[in-house]
Order: sequence, then C-alpha cells, then structure tokens
Amino acid sequence: MSLSQLLQQILNGLSLGSIYALIALGYTMVYGILKLINFAHGEVFMVGAYAGYFAALGLGVDQAASGGGFPLHLAALALALAMGSAALLGMAIEYLAYRPVRNAPRLTPLITAIGVSLFLQNAALLAFSPNPRPYPPILRELRYEVGGVIVTNVKLAIFAVAIALMLLLRWFVQSTWTGKAMRAVATNVDAARLMGIDVNRIIRVTFAVGSALAAAGGILFGLDQIMINPSMGVLTGLKAFVAAVLGGIGNIQGAVVGGLLIGLAEQLTAGYISPDYRDAITFLILILILMLRPQGLFGLVRPEKV
Amino acid sequence: MLLASCAGLNGFACKKPGQAEQRASGSSAGSNAITIGHYASMTGATAHFGQDTDKAARLAIEQLNAQGGVLGKQLELVTLDTRGDSAEAANAVTRLIDVEKVHAIIGEVASSLSLAGGRIAQRRSIPMVSPSSTNPKVTEVGDYIFRVCYIDPFQGKVMATFARDNLKFGKVALLKDVKNDYSIGLADSFRSAFEAAGGQIVVEQSYSAGDTDFSAQLTAIKGSGAQAIYVPGYYSEVGAIARTAERLGLKVPLMGGDGWDAPDLFKIGGSALNGSYFSNHFATDTATPRAQRFVADFKAKFGQEPTGLAALGYDAVLVLADAMKRAGSTDPRALRDALAATKNFEAVTGSITIDKDRNPQKSSVVLEIEDGKAKFVALVAP
Amino acid sequence: MFWLRRAGIALAVVLGLIGLELALEALLIEYAQRILLLAGINVILAVSLNLINGTTGQFSIGHAGFMAIGAYTAAVVGTELAPGIEGVLGPGLLASAIIFNLALLTGALLAGAAGVAVGAPSLRLRGDYLAVVTLGFGEIIRILFNNAEFLGAATGYFGDRPAGLPPYTSFFWVLGWAILVVLGIRNLTFSQIGRSLIAIREDEVAAEAMATPSTRLKVLAFSLSAACAGIAGGLFAHMQAGVRPEDFRFEKSIDMIVMIIIGGLGSISGAVVGGVFVAVTLELMRDLQEYRLVLYALLLIVIMLVRPKGLFGDRELSDIVRARLTRPEASK
Repeated sequence: MSLSQLLQQILNGLSLGSIYALIALGYTMVYGILKLINFAHGEVFMVGAYAGYFAALGLGVDQAASGGGFPLHLAALALALAMGSAALLGMAIEYLAYRPVRNAPRLTPLITAIGVSLFLQNAALLAFSPNPRPYPPILRELRYEVGGVIVTNVKLAIFAVAIALMLLLRWFVQSTWTGKAMRAVATNVDAARLMGIDVNRIIRVTFAVGSALAAAGGILFGLDQIMINPSMGVLTGLKAFVAAVLGGIGNIQGAVVGGLLIGLAEQLTAGYISPDYRDAITFLILILILMLRPQGLFGLVRPEKV
Repeated sequence: MLLASCAGLNGFACKKPGQAEQRASGSSAGSNAITIGHYASMTGATAHFGQDTDKAARLAIEQLNAQGGVLGKQLELVTLDTRGDSAEAANAVTRLIDVEKVHAIIGEVASSLSLAGGRIAQRRSIPMVSPSSTNPKVTEVGDYIFRVCYIDPFQGKVMATFARDNLKFGKVALLKDVKNDYSIGLADSFRSAFEAAGGQIVVEQSYSAGDTDFSAQLTAIKGSGAQAIYVPGYYSEVGAIARTAERLGLKVPLMGGDGWDAPDLFKIGGSALNGSYFSNHFATDTATPRAQRFVADFKAKFGQEPTGLAALGYDAVLVLADAMKRAGSTDPRALRDALAATKNFEAVTGSITIDKDRNPQKSSVVLEIEDGKAKFVALVAP
Repeated sequence: MFWLRRAGIALAVVLGLIGLELALEALLIEYAQRILLLAGINVILAVSLNLINGTTGQFSIGHAGFMAIGAYTAAVVGTELAPGIEGVLGPGLLASAIIFNLALLTGALLAGAAGVAVGAPSLRLRGDYLAVVTLGFGEIIRILFNNAEFLGAATGYFGDRPAGLPPYTSFFWVLGWAILVVLGIRNLTFSQIGRSLIAIREDEVAAEAMATPSTRLKVLAFSLSAACAGIAGGLFAHMQAGVRPEDFRFEKSIDMIVMIIIGGLGSISGAVVGGVFVAVTLELMRDLQEYRLVLYALLLIVIMLVRPKGLFGDRELSDIVRARLTRPEASK
C-alpha cells in the first residue's frame, strides 16, 4: 500500500470521476428545469460513444491498437460530430417522449423515461450488435511517469476536455442570455414564462447541451476503458445520476464535485476493499445521502407545498 | 378449452402421442436424418467461442454427409444461441430436446454454460458432448455428459510447471474472473500446482466478466512485485487487461489458458500481449498430418485459420458420429455406452480415449504471442 | 355453516388444481409447461408489486432484490431441510410438499423483513427519489449475493445434488400460491386498510390530516409486497437448477414494472393480465430478446402517451363486466 500506488488510484479515480461529472451535468440540468430524472441520459452517453467510434472510423483513424492515432484537428472533429449527434438525439427524446407528458402526474414521465432508456439500449443492441468493440485510438498513447505514478495522455485529455467543457458551461450559464434564461426557468417556470422566455426552447437547449456533454464523456470513456458495448450506459448512467444527487440535484457545481467524489470512492473501493464492491459503494452513497441529506451537498431544502 | 387450445397449438406446445416410443426406439420412423443439437454462444462478449466451434462442427457434418452420413442417414446440425448466458443455455438445451427433437447434443465451450445445459441433458437422458469445457464439474453432472478436451486440474498444472521450470518465475500474481466457473477452477488448479512446485502467489485479484476498468486491480498487482500475472479468463477481457497493464507501466508477461483462444484477443490486445503465454489444445504450426488436413479444409471453407476451440468442435462431432456407428443406433442409452467406450479415436487434436470420468487424457500445447500471432513453444503430456 | 362452505370451496379448488396439474403434465411439452409456470410466478410478482406501486402509489423499482432474497432463502432452506425431513418421511410427495412450503414461507419471511428494512427509511421519500433509492437497494442486494462465497457468489447456488435444486415447482404449487396471493391482496385492497392505502396514494398529506398512520401503512404494504415477491422467488428458484444473481438484475425489476403498467396501475386483474403477457412474450421471443425489450419500451412509452391508465385503469375485471351487464337501455 505504497504512496505511489495510492496516488495512482486517486488519479484513476479522478479521471473516471471527470467522466461521471460530464454525464451528471446533463442529469442535473434537466432535473433542475423539469424535475424529471432523465433515465435515458445514460443511453445518450452510450450513443455518443458510438457516434465518436463511427466518426473516427469514417474519418479514417488508424485502427491498430497501438497505432499512430489521429491528427488533433480530426480528433476534435470526431468529438464535435459525436457531441452534435447526441444533442440532436437529446432534443428528439425531449420532443417526442417528454414534452407530451410534461404536465402529467409525476409517475408518468418517470415511466416514459424508463421506457425511452429501455428502447435506446435495445435499439443499440440491435443496431450495433452486443459484441463489445475496441475503441479506435483517436489519441496516440503516450505515457509519462511521475514519481512512480503513470499518467497517460489519455488521462490528461480527459481532465483537459472535462475542465474545458465545464468552464464553457459555467460561462454559458452565467453570462449568456440563454444560460440566464435556463437558470430562470429552473427557479420558477411560470415566472420565467411571464418574463417572455420561450420555455420550450430553453428546455430544448438544456437537453441539447446536457446530451452533448454526455457524448464527450462517452468518447473519453471509450478511450480510457478501451472497450465499448451497447449496455455501457446503464450502470455508468446510474452512477452519474448518484453523483448528481450527491452534489445536489439541480446544482451544476454539485454535479462536478459529486462526479469526482463518486469516481474516487469507486476506484478506492476497488483498489483497497475489493473490486466486487465497486458498484455497491455508489449505491450505498446514494442511500446514505438520501437518508441523511436528501438535498445533496450543495442543494437547498425545498419544503413541499400542499 | 384446454384441449381446444392444445389442438390449436398442436405443432408447438403439445406432446404428440407416441413420442415416447419414438425416442426409445432410436430411429425416427419416417425421418431420414439424424439431428444433432448445438448450443453455443453465437453472440455476446464471447461470440467467437460459439461461432468458431459451430463453423468447424458444420464442416465435420458436411464431410461426414459427403461420405454417406452415419447409419445410412444424413446428419443435421441445429444451432441455438446461448448469448453467453447460463439461463439461456438451460433453455436452449430444453428447446433442442423438446422442440428440435435432437438425438444428441454438442456444447458448450464455457464451463458455466455446459453445467447449466448439462443438468438438463442429464435429467432428460440425452447424451451431451462438450467440445471444450475444461472445468472438471461438467462431466460430474452425470453419466450422459462427456467431453473431448482435457480438464483444468491438468491445464493449471501445465502453465504452473511452465512458469516455474521454463520461465523460472518464483512470484506470480493471479487475476481471475469470479463470474465463471472456468476461471475460478483454473485459478485454483494453477495455484495449487505452482505452490507445490515451490512458487509463490504474491497477490490475488479478481474481476467480473463484463468489467471494463481493471486499473485498480492492476495497480495493486504492480505494487506486489509479481514477475508475471496468470489471467485464466476469457479473451473478451484479457485483451483489455493487457492494454491496461501496459498503460500502467506493468511490463510483466501475462499467462493464461484456452479461454484466450480467439482472433479478437490479438485485435484488442495488440502489442500489449507480446511475450505472453497461454495453454491451448492445438497449434496450427506443429500439427499432425490429420490436423493439417483439417486446417486446410477449414481455411478453404471459411477463409481463416481454425482456433483450438474450432478443432475441438470438429472432434466432438467426429467422436459423436463414431459412437453412433459403434452403437449401431441413435438410442440415447446405447449412444451413451458407446461414447463411454471410445478408445484411441484419431481426432484432430490428438488421440481420444474416454476414461471412467468421461474425460479424455490429452496433451496441451503452450503458445507464445508475438506480433498478433500465437507460436508453438512446448508440448506437455498428461 | 359459513366455514363448512369455505372448506368445501377450498377442497374443490385443491382437487381442481390436482386435476389441472395431471392434465397439463400429460398434454404439454416441457417448453410450454415452462411458459405456464412462469406466467403463474409473474402473476404473483405483478399483483404484489401492484399493491405498492399501484394501490399505494409508492413507486418502487427494485423489487427484483426481494425476489432474490426469497429465491436464495428458499433454495438454502430447502437444501438444508431435505435430508432431515426425507429421513423421517422418506422421499416422496408429502416430504417434498412440506420441505417446499417451509422453504417458500421462510423465503417470504426474510423477504418481508427485508421489505421493512428497506421500506422504513425509504418511504419517507417521494416520487422519483423513492424510485431511485429502491433501485439502489435492489442493486445492493444483488451485489451482496454476487459476492457471497457461501452462496456460490457469481456462479450461483445449486444445492447439494449434482443435478441442481430439486424441481419442486409444479402447476399445483404455482397456481395454488398464485390464487392465495391474489385473493389475499384483493381482500386487503378492498378492506379498510386498502382504502387507507388508496387515500395515501391520492393525497398523502390529506390522508395524514385524517389521522392515517401513513408511514406505518406504507411500510406494511411494502413488506407484504416484498414477502409475496419472495414467494415468487422461491417458486422461480426451484424451476431452475439453481439461483444466480444474474437472474435478479435491474432488467427483472423492469419486467415487473411492464407487467403492472400494461394492466393498469392499481388494478389486480390488470396485473394478472400483465404478468401473463410478460411470461408469454419472454418465452416466445427468447431468440429475439432485444426485440422483446424494444416492444416493452414502446409499450411503456405509448401507454404513457395515449392511455396512462393502462388496460384496466384502476378498475377490476368484475367492474367492467358489471358495467356492461347493467348498461341502461337507450330510451326510445
């Protein structure tokens, strides 16, 4: 149990956590506005990963496992394509499945969300075959060793992309008109509408942005975890949701912190307790947080109005 | 109403009168084909197991039919997909017996699935020949269950002895898949053999089939000072494990068993697998003339080299056909006895003699991986 | 007089079941038998889940966990008891009946206890959060079984016979227990307690204002529902050669939800229909698993869009029949 081993586990945990954070942002933004758990978000993450896969293949990546990778501009293009397709998917889901039931009792959209998630997962199994695929090396793999801890450029890319996207999101939400409108709708839908905000459009944008972030997470996940398969969204989506709840659902900083914490918890549990419990720890955290502090770390207590 | 619906579903759901008699007499009156059932993982993470075995089995059936079939009848193979799931395996065997009315069954590759399917076959008294399940428990299910490959107590010893004597390793780490019987059993065999030979298992880690993240386990192994890692898992994870190990700067060789045997292993693992070893049933570059013929035929028909598992699939059909000829019928009990009496049958993967535990005594090859190819290194006799 | 009549009906039912058992065994191939058994087990699952999700309006999506507890417990108890009881009574119908039912009841007891353990803290939460917490508990239970070495861990528990668990499950027991569960829950739903549960569903705050001990009742319904899922689990276990954690993943909970949504949340008749539907589609579409699940997904979405109340809404078959029969004549 040396120090370098601990640092390595922490590093791996943080990189995994950054991916969870990217996905959690989508959950948290949608919940903030619609009070809906978008169960299908995990599947959007998966579709994003596959979109990146096909984009990379289409753009002619060198498939050899330890291949030369991709020139940076093509890698960015693949990322953009994947994020774009995911955004379209997210908007389509919102329009077709969630909008019609927006005003129904709470249970109905929940069931619809479960239905969409189930649909996407199995449609993907049919379209992409259940066999796991190795992810094309969009980035060429380089390794650096720092004090006994191995850092690959993939891990660095994960941090870089995640941080960049989060800062971008923060700027978007704080400084742009649409971002402020999103915050307004999250605070009070009716008041926002009275202020002349096109709520439907804002909701669409929220889904688009959240889905794009999830797709970025999907590509990074594929690069880090080597293999992708159509069922990859289920568990990862759940963990990201727990991260959102941990941070305080509806809260963007919370989603980021929650994601990192869950990633760390998972990796440290796998390394020091047992890999068999890596998934259980996330659920345990979920139960504890909902029992002890349901509003999450950064959330506010909302009294239930009668 | 029940009888009416029964009449309606007649072809599907209901027992036909006289079905019991048909089974016992062994010859399907009016049918002129012998149906063999094959349950295999044709899709899913271990799709290669099923697909490779099935291809070779079909080649064998084709060749046998070209020579006039068995007992004057043509052979027919019905394949059902188990998707790599043991509940599906049990269902597949039930369907093969009830709906497809097979006379005998071939399958499975994965030991967990063979156990699930074997229990059904044993209960229904239909002979089953597993081409490549190596866990000893499979044939312990009952007297109708046979196999044509060696078993894991031997396989574990092969690699343990090789690691100790040839590669001179004293400290090895174990990374096993806790989700399947094969991996657990093989890990146990390796451990006892390696420790008996004076080696030390410095750390044991585990994962579950389907996992994608092995960095936690490999980081722990890195800190243990192991000279090699024994990974008795399936190719679907081993490739990713090798890549992750390389990424973590873990430069030790990996060792494994016949679960590695699939072309996808090299596709995923790439250069991270260079210098790794695994035990297998068959090596294309040192085969006997009989085996060479099989390799040539397989390549001609399918455009690819056969894996060891494919060779075993081929052998399973041949052994079954030979037993039918010796029994003179497809009656389950006669077939069972004929299978149990198989002696010195010249198969592609060696000479097969079924012992009292319904297993053959066969040799194993050890292969080394270099640049996406497995090269023969050693032959180990039981 | 009253009890004599009741006893007479019970005896008739038992004889009917025995007759049905013999008929089905003789007429149907094993494959079709399996579909019917699965349908019966699903009915138990659906009706019990309906009690908590439909009647009480508390959305739980982790019920597979309770089924798992029932399954494992029944398997272990059955294996442990068999040598003792068969030693006294000899192997045979009476011994297996006693062993099997003791195993099932123990499974139900433990599952019910787990229901209390899970329900008590969770049922303070509402709506989406409750759903996710129950999902979390369901997964934790499965992971615990997945790592329990003495229960076979990931590869599963198969008892101590080489051919696996003894196949106690038969039409007689499945249908018998299904009838018991359906009747029991039906009586509960139409009783005072049932009305309180419905009140909780409609408006919990108002119900509490009317002195309904809502948390206590919710937990009661939850644990009862869990216990029934445990019975279903025990029946399921002895239909297979063994019990594996794989059988109780989230997908199983989703199957259960599909059962009650199709039939209509809150309708017992609907739950029965839904249970049979899932069993039939499961077996018939074995090779087309993904298509089956796409079908379920589309059903869920379309039902929510078009007819959220499902096939029966919250009415029962008897209500519909009665309504049809007493339709007023059109005036001339």
